[in-house]
Amino acid sequence: MIRKLRGGIHPLEEKNTKDLPIRQATEPKQVVIPLQQHTGVPCQPLVKIGDQVNVGQKIGDINAFISAPVHSSVSGKVVAIEPRAHPLGPTVLSIVIESDGKNLVDENVRPKGNLDSLTPAQIKDAVREAGIVGLGGAAFPTAVKLFPPEGKKIDTLLLNGAECEPYLTADYRLMVERAEEIIYGMKLLMKALNVQQGIIGIEDNKPQAIKTMITQIKKSDSTDYNLRNQELKKIRVISLKTKYPQGSEKHLIKVMLDREVPSGGLPLDIGVVVNNVGTAFAVYEAVVTGLPLIKRTVTISGDGVKEPGNLEVKIGTLFQEVIDQCGGLNGKVEKVIMGGPLMGLAQYTTEVPIIKGTTGILLLKDSGIIESQPCIRCGRCIDVCPMYLMPTMYALLVEHKKWEETEKYSIVDCIECGCCAYVCPSKIPLVHYIKYGKAELLALKKKI
Amino acid sequence: MEEKLRDNHLLVSASPHLRTKENVPRVMLDVIIALVPAALAAVYFFRWYALRIILVCVIFAPLSEWVSQKIMKRKNTIDDFSAVVTGLLLALTLPPTIPPWIAAIGVIVAIVLGKAIFGGLGWNPFNPALVGRAVLTVSWPLEMTTWIKPITSGLIQAVTTATPLNIIKEKMIEEKLPTYLEMFLGNRAGSLGETSVLLILIGALYLFYRKQITWHVPLSFAGIVVFLSFVLKLDVLFNLFAGGLMLGAFFMATDYVTSPLTRKGQVIFGLGCGLMTMLIRLKGGFPEGVCYSILIMNMLTPAIDKFTVPKKFGAKSRMSTNK
Repeated sequence: MIRKLRGGIHPLEEKNTKDLPIRQATEPKQVVIPLQQHTGVPCQPLVKIGDQVNVGQKIGDINAFISAPVHSSVSGKVVAIEPRAHPLGPTVLSIVIESDGKNLVDENVRPKGNLDSLTPAQIKDAVREAGIVGLGGAAFPTAVKLFPPEGKKIDTLLLNGAECEPYLTADYRLMVERAEEIIYGMKLLMKALNVQQGIIGIEDNKPQAIKTMITQIKKSDSTDYNLRNQELKKIRVISLKTKYPQGSEKHLIKVMLDREVPSGGLPLDIGVVVNNVGTAFAVYEAVVTGLPLIKRTVTISGDGVKEPGNLEVKIGTLFQEVIDQCGGLNGKVEKVIMGGPLMGLAQYTTEVPIIKGTTGILLLKDSGIIESQPCIRCGRCIDVCPMYLMPTMYALLVEHKKWEETEKYSIVDCIECGCCAYVCPSKIPLVHYIKYGKAELLALKKKI
Repeated sequence: MEEKLRDNHLLVSASPHLRTKENVPRVMLDVIIALVPAALAAVYFFRWYALRIILVCVIFAPLSEWVSQKIMKRKNTIDDFSAVVTGLLLALTLPPTIPPWIAAIGVIVAIVLGKAIFGGLGWNPFNPALVGRAVLTVSWPLEMTTWIKPITSGLIQAVTTATPLNIIKEKMIEEKLPTYLEMFLGNRAGSLGETSVLLILIGALYLFYRKQITWHVPLSFAGIVVFLSFVLKLDVLFNLFAGGLMLGAFFMATDYVTSPLTRKGQVIFGLGCGLMTMLIRLKGGFPEGVCYSILIMNMLTPAIDKFTVPKKFGAKSRMSTNK
């Protein structure tokens, strides 16, 4: 059942890299691997300065449920373990490895099995050990999603091929070029979750991707013989009407299954797990080749870069290196963003590493920073809010430091998609107020 | 030669990093453009009387805003054109024969007491143009209720007359009511803006097209007037076209600042305005109720906002049965 996305906006797509095939970035000479690249508990280093490491070797882990290990993306020597600039803001303890250029693969990197031979428990273990996190940007440890708590029955796996942010085309290229691996990875996930239904949601501005994925599903029906025929037919593609933020997990579920994730809850509360197409690809790699998450596809775009493109990069490569491989700066650049233009994080330096959640690097000549006017109560922010909230109220309450009242207006339900600030004629930095308000509310609750 | 970004100073701000081109001046300009047809009609029907009032109001509005902001040591904001909109709207609610100096006082009151003292744009609880009009009505009742027939011949001749609503209210049997067509096209006595329904609607269509207003307020406002007229066996078209209803429903009640934030709230607001308008027309002391009905509903807007908070995504009561 397809519902309409209520609220949301139609920004210009700017998908000028969509026809550029994924190309390999040149090998980095040095990588900076932060010990926190995921939502959850940071890892502890498992190596020390001077150690020789290989590609895919686990170099950081922690014994906590919500966590994911980190691995070396090159072979070489650990030259430092120290706080380094991180794209999410503050410095994070990172392992710096000088590459020897040999790309020696760790002995633990070997095929784990296949769809037939592995049990669900083994698949989950492989996902965990490979350090896979949500590659759509949120970087939530995927293995955790595969362990629903007692009593929560999962019936559907949704694969997120929406990629609704302007500029970003990494997921699109993956679907066009690596449909086979994505479908295989999806089946692995479906087996791990023991679900009968798998649906891939793709926005209708990506007709080629929709075609290749459907073709691949039909093709794979005959080759993956362990999943019985009736289960194979349960994978299908849904074409989603292009609208931002269709790719938001909650809205994918709402539109595709007509189920609403309860406020304060998770998709598994309503029997659903959502994964990005890139994540499914990483699961395929982790099982079939045994390679943990050490590289990912990144879109480098924006009017500030000479040769935009979609690059497959080693995790830990600095932004500056990748930008150089795309022709360098196209004149004066005011902003560098990790992610998309609506939810991405502006960077103060390009000496930050590409992490697991880096979907794109945008270089914009115009920062879009503009002075704001008073709120004219036009209500446009309320019209476009996909969570049906009242963003103008948050700005007002936060301005007057009324933290508890922001809770009454459900500030914690905001997904920070940016639709409100996008439409505001007074150019009020609504998302900024919301982030500030959320932080103050949290601090207030901690004190109590 | 690659420019190193290390030397480039990057700007950092919170997301989103992309915005629409729409801004406050554009919104205000759209309203001004939408009012131009009605203003031209006023000048057509009332010649020099109309022109001088419009000019006085449109000049004195930003002027008083500029002066008051200077005195209050606030940032000058006349470039957002909101003062011009207030001036033009006020001008359109005035009778053609009002002395310009009274119109000027009305505009100053509208900007200073209707807007500036509350903190400027976005903070005023009442529609500023209507505040100006209300103050003028009680201060100069005679001048504010003197009407003339549209000037049709070449000579400028002001012939006093009664508005259609006057005729009904005071049961003037000798006076002839204009036809529906005359009321629709604007050939009737009334304030500058309440004459041509056709041109007001054309302006309103422009605002709909530009997505500056939605149907919620105007349709509820006009709708309930139509409904009540029908139910009370009154002349439906007459009540729809007469007085300041069309101007009020499409241009005054739709003012963002003084009407509710949510669509649901706006419908309630519109219904209240229409109800109040009919009440004043039928039972109140004035022949026309639009001005005061909107001001009264402006007062209720904060309460309406409080009671029409939308149900959030994932709220407990929104959950349908899960499969």
